[in-house]
Amino acid sequence: MRYAAPRCLDAGEAALVVEFGDSVDPAINAEALALDAALRAAPLAGIVETVPTYRSLMIHYDPLALTRAALVAHVEALERAAPARAAASVRWIIPCCYAPPHGEDIAAAGEALSLSPSQVAALHSGSDYRAYMYGFAPGWCYLGGLPSALAVPRRASPRGPTPRGAVLIGGGLSLIGADPMPTGWYVLGRTPERMFAPERDPSFFVEVGDALRFEPIDEATFRALEQKSACGEMIARRETMT
Amino acid sequence: MSAWLIIRAAGPGVTVQDAGRRGSLRFGVTPAGPMDARAFAAANLAAGAAMGAAAIEVSLGGLELTAEGETIGLAIAGGEFDIRLDGAPLPFACALALEPGAHLVIRAGRGGAWCYVAIAGRIDLPPTLGSLATHTRSSMGGLEGRGLRAGDSLPLADLAAPPRALLALEASWLAASEEPIRAVLGPQADYFTPEAIDEFLSARWRVGQRSDRMAYRLEGARLAHAKGHDIVSDGVALGAIQVPGDGAPLVLMADRQPTGGYPKIANVIGADIGRFAQRRPGEAFSFAAVSIEEAVAARRAQSEAVDAGVRLRPMGGEISTELLLSANLIGGVADANLPLEKE
Repeated sequence: MRYAAPRCLDAGEAALVVEFGDSVDPAINAEALALDAALRAAPLAGIVETVPTYRSLMIHYDPLALTRAALVAHVEALERAAPARAAASVRWIIPCCYAPPHGEDIAAAGEALSLSPSQVAALHSGSDYRAYMYGFAPGWCYLGGLPSALAVPRRASPRGPTPRGAVLIGGGLSLIGADPMPTGWYVLGRTPERMFAPERDPSFFVEVGDALRFEPIDEATFRALEQKSACGEMIARRETMT
Repeated sequence: MSAWLIIRAAGPGVTVQDAGRRGSLRFGVTPAGPMDARAFAAANLAAGAAMGAAAIEVSLGGLELTAEGETIGLAIAGGEFDIRLDGAPLPFACALALEPGAHLVIRAGRGGAWCYVAIAGRIDLPPTLGSLATHTRSSMGGLEGRGLRAGDSLPLADLAAPPRALLALEASWLAASEEPIRAVLGPQADYFTPEAIDEFLSARWRVGQRSDRMAYRLEGARLAHAKGHDIVSDGVALGAIQVPGDGAPLVLMADRQPTGGYPKIANVIGADIGRFAQRRPGEAFSFAAVSIEEAVAARRAQSEAVDAGVRLRPMGGEISTELLLSANLIGGVADANLPLEKE
């Protein structure tokens, strides 16, 4: 549910949570992203960094340089002035191989959803996504926009470590992984792109709020692109949205 | 000339830490950094290193070091560890010169869980995302993104002159204290019953055995949720006290994930998180709720104490005056001629 007015909550004396609602919802996320963008456009001395999440923005600040009252007043002024929605200006086309051996859990997910693996892949690659937030581990990017036909609950117990660049679904969302981690989500496929490459500039290329689509590729293409990616080349394609 | 610190032995959980990795929380990157930022600052001040410079964080597992290439100036601060130089006991907070061939042994002592070995110079390793802070779970920072172990050598650069005598380090803000750990209630205190809040503030808590740089597990009571234990994941600050479904709180520490999905009943204040981190598994303590204003005042007092500097007192040496080293005097730069102010 979206709140009538944002709530300012304290996470200790050095972090303020500006909360717009209590659910995962595109409109609520857009408000958190709009405030994040407004703060980056009008930075205030004493703000250390901001962390956008599904339904709130965490503002880490130095309370010896910026009082809570001044921070809240700044946020409230931006909220009065800022548009509630910041439209994505960039779309990333992320290649994804849903075929064996990469679509490790696509059959299991299909079974839970009463769909064939090829139907799961077609539905997943046929949708427009938006980066809601990062979390869990470096470069793990949570995406809104999963079709309701793919809204499978998370597994009852976690699976073993994901392959690098896993593309996953669970709990009504999609997720792109980076380094291997155990997870309760289903691995539908893999991307040869690296969501996090510390030596690359930029180390992370998808900004929270960007739009994404998945482009199905076969195993031979995956291997060719993976080699390029290992050499530091960007695999994802950037489109400017009008 | 080049110099190295050679790791002769290291227990689990000994890592290189700088002030922490900032600016990438929004990409899911854990900040890491020192568990006890006060002790870390004291060690860097006493070593004449830059504030926030990378130091070695020593766990209860202990550490043995030798120097190679040159005599290396070191400063140690943190819990009451047992420190020996070629077998001779040193104060648990001190500055010393480690000559090639000398053997420095740091072991868990009377109290405290972490101590810091700061270097009069800098650790010459490549930063990841702008920081040397080690985060082992994402294999990032420090030496190959992992804990230190026997046989490792840490390359050093920009060495400053080591102290000419052994110096005992005194810093007002390192004094151990049995006072309650102060916390600000929220951001999800409304997810708990009033009885659970009372219990949180009145219980005698212990740090659990399964505690590490990511989180300290608390034992002593179970806190009841008023409206479920699942929230939509949101940001997590240092010292967040998160309560999962089993009701046993976790205090999220330096290696926390930047976001999380359990309700947070309260947040340990910045001025007390280092003191809390020094609690060993099994040690008892209690919490006290304070206002934001009180938390900020405590933070300011601690910051002013750090700005005022540390005292270095020569141990049985020829110099008898006390020395004062402060951040302001050093100006954040390691200097071969440490501007020691005599009282």
